[in-house]
Amino acid sequence: MNGARRDFRIAGLVEAPEFLFSAPPGELMPDDSRFAVIWMNHSALAAAYDMDGAFNEALLSLTRGAETQAVLRAADRILEPYGGLGAYGLKDQISNRFITEEIAGLVVTSRVVPPVFLAVAAFLLNIVVSRMIRAEREQIGLLKAFGYTSFEVGLHYFKFIMAIAVGGAMLGCLFGVIGGRSLATVYQIYYKFPFLVFRVDPAAFVTGVAASVLAAAAGGILVLRGVFTLTPAVAMRAAAPADYSRAAAMGGILRTLLDQPSRMVLRRIAREPLRTLLAVIGIAAGMAISVAMVNVTAAFDITVERNFTLVDRSDVTLAFIEPLPDRVIHDLRRIAGVIEVEPFRSVPAVLRNGPQSYRGGISGLVAEPRLNRAVGADLAPLPIREDGVLLGSALAELLGVAPGDRLEIEVREGRRPVIEVTVAGVAETLIGSPAYMRIEALNRALKEPGRVSGAWLRIDAAQSGEIFRKLRGMPAVAGVTVATEARAALEKVMDSGAGAVRYLMTAIAAVITFGIVYNSARIAFAERARDLASLRAIGFTRAEAAFVLLGELAVIILLALPIGAVLGYFMGEAVSAGFSTDLYRVPALFVPEGYGAAAAAVLLAGMVSGWLVKRDVDRLDLVATLKARE
Amino acid sequence: MGRPPVRQGGTLRLVTPASDGAAFATQGLTKTYGAGPAAVHALRGVDLDVPRGEMVVLLGPSGSGKSTLLNILGGLDRATAGSARFRGAELTTMSDAALTRYRRHHVGFVFQFYNLMPSLTARENVELVTEIADDPLDPAEALALVGLESRLDHFPAQLSGGEQQRVAIARAVAKRPEVLFCDEPTGALDSTTGRAVLRVLQDVNRETGATVMIVTHAAATAAMAHRVIHFADGRIREVAVNAAPAPAETIEW
Repeated sequence: MNGARRDFRIAGLVEAPEFLFSAPPGELMPDDSRFAVIWMNHSALAAAYDMDGAFNEALLSLTRGAETQAVLRAADRILEPYGGLGAYGLKDQISNRFITEEIAGLVVTSRVVPPVFLAVAAFLLNIVVSRMIRAEREQIGLLKAFGYTSFEVGLHYFKFIMAIAVGGAMLGCLFGVIGGRSLATVYQIYYKFPFLVFRVDPAAFVTGVAASVLAAAAGGILVLRGVFTLTPAVAMRAAAPADYSRAAAMGGILRTLLDQPSRMVLRRIAREPLRTLLAVIGIAAGMAISVAMVNVTAAFDITVERNFTLVDRSDVTLAFIEPLPDRVIHDLRRIAGVIEVEPFRSVPAVLRNGPQSYRGGISGLVAEPRLNRAVGADLAPLPIREDGVLLGSALAELLGVAPGDRLEIEVREGRRPVIEVTVAGVAETLIGSPAYMRIEALNRALKEPGRVSGAWLRIDAAQSGEIFRKLRGMPAVAGVTVATEARAALEKVMDSGAGAVRYLMTAIAAVITFGIVYNSARIAFAERARDLASLRAIGFTRAEAAFVLLGELAVIILLALPIGAVLGYFMGEAVSAGFSTDLYRVPALFVPEGYGAAAAAVLLAGMVSGWLVKRDVDRLDLVATLKARE
Repeated sequence: MGRPPVRQGGTLRLVTPASDGAAFATQGLTKTYGAGPAAVHALRGVDLDVPRGEMVVLLGPSGSGKSTLLNILGGLDRATAGSARFRGAELTTMSDAALTRYRRHHVGFVFQFYNLMPSLTARENVELVTEIADDPLDPAEALALVGLESRLDHFPAQLSGGEQQRVAIARAVAKRPEVLFCDEPTGALDSTTGRAVLRVLQDVNRETGATVMIVTHAAATAAMAHRVIHFADGRIREVAVNAAPAPAETIEW
């Protein structure tokens, strides 16, 4: 504290809203093992720093309806002579921003995912109920013959649909409570909320149940038409064979190319193109979600990997309490086990291009940095030029500038110069929104030659313990960041909270894909059991009969794979853009493994479904099925 | 008994000379569904010889066991006990795969509800079988045999019940089966159409030499058979041999 070591007794553990998300200075990610906020008595702190009555941060609460921007400007004006670093509103408060973005992410998820799920459920219910009505046409005819009205019979099936919908909705409410509770626990731990009460909101349940019932009704009601149009006499007669006369003639060359089982597969697909299309789209959507999620996951990993192998190649980052003369670099080099030392100067600054501005900082680097570099789009290191500023791509985009443009930089440290520089280039940034200048140029602008804010070190791992001990013992050192620890902290952040959504989405993709694939297979089996039994009676082997059934599934899956891949590509881009902020950027990458893994998952779902249905083909009771009138 | 007698190419090896004369021979053939007091005895020891090339009609009330016998002889179902031989080959101990080969190469089926593939035309339904048979008839020829040469490219939905049943017969005979099993082939047809279908079956029997076994409720059908087997309570009550079968057209029902 003020360059001296002091001992304190911990009086209590507290939480404050502005530090729910608290990262070490100059870093983006929280890491409790290295950084914490400590509250202590104002006068004791003032005495320790020998600055009675001084303050370096003030919180304002505004009257209702106050114009925030005007207040910020006024506050800046008042604090300007004292070296104020600039007032900012609640929306720019880092902790608030993280949590607000997190909540916004949850809101988006809650609006996008349930409709997709309900649409798939409605589609599946539609198919199941239509199959059921076809299978029970005889009973429908009988009831009508007894004098039941179409409405009464239709109501019977509608009740069935509602039973499924309400049952599902109830189960959904239960899962909702369980899921909500566990999510609240995750958030409570992650953001260190003192408490986070999961409130059961009756409105949410009403919405959920209503949406489920409506989706189910929409899925089922179309089918009920069939109940109304069926007359008793027709219903009680054996169903006429399904009419395939308009489903693809397949003459000419196809005549010689296709055998009859293949023909049966293709005719069935051609006869119900809408159903085939919906199944294809459903499976493709499931696959697309998988592709996107695998891609984003890989992109997260690549982001971290690149950041710590291409950009930041140091083992240790040192941050000094205040800028020090650059001879400290020589002192650091003399520590046993330190292989390489690279100084940097960093200052808080506001970057402006006309109306666009960004509150960030400038990093002053050496001409040819080796330990912490800027890399171009081709990932080759970029030299730091004397005559301009190198911007991270996210920042250049945000400010709307390109190389050659002029940028105004308001330095918020020291003499607080306002400088105008040329954008010398754009660097590929993965994490943060950096702006790089040559350290000498930055110091010149500050009129503080030879000052460094910190240094990057490459060290001998075998001596790391001793080195850390020495560094942490240096009073001028405010922070020692070990690359491996920082990387672990970053990975943790990307893996929890919003990042964890990708696991949820992957699970959802799996459920959708398997649900549709399995349902298609099961319905196909139910509708064709008699045909399959006939084929077996004629002398088709189990495998040959199963081909007729599973061929259709295979065609649907093969159609879905390329569509899913293309959809996945675009979905991956959208998701990457959604995850990217000015804090970290998730590159939209083409990860071939993502497509392979998603395709493999779809094929696996197909194989499992096929296997489950194939078992039923094998167990088919030939005699009973052949005699059924269908 | 060990593995069923099969040879490469999938047809059965005949363990007795073909000149033996019997298509089927059963001894003590029994079929029981379920167990305990709820058990249903569909066949209670059936001893029967069916000479080759005959037209055989199986008559009897519902549940008397005639369809069960047909299903076992046709390789669709398995006996509980006893022996059933097709030209000397034991059917009761055959593996599923061997029964499939048996149905594929030796047997044709005609069902009450036709069991055509709705997604295939008449010709394609016949081709379904000719594609997997060793020495099939030309599909068009098979359809001509049942008088449907002008309906080759019609789908089942575009054919009448009688026409569908004739396609089913063409499909069954196209593989040149040694045996043709017909389970209530006229059960869903009116009398005129039914007669026409029986006529086709009689022609097939005469022209191809296939043994034809028909299960039916229609006692009048007996007049066209070489041999009439009466069933009751899972047993054969009577076997009548008809020296001069009547043409199908003359049958009254």
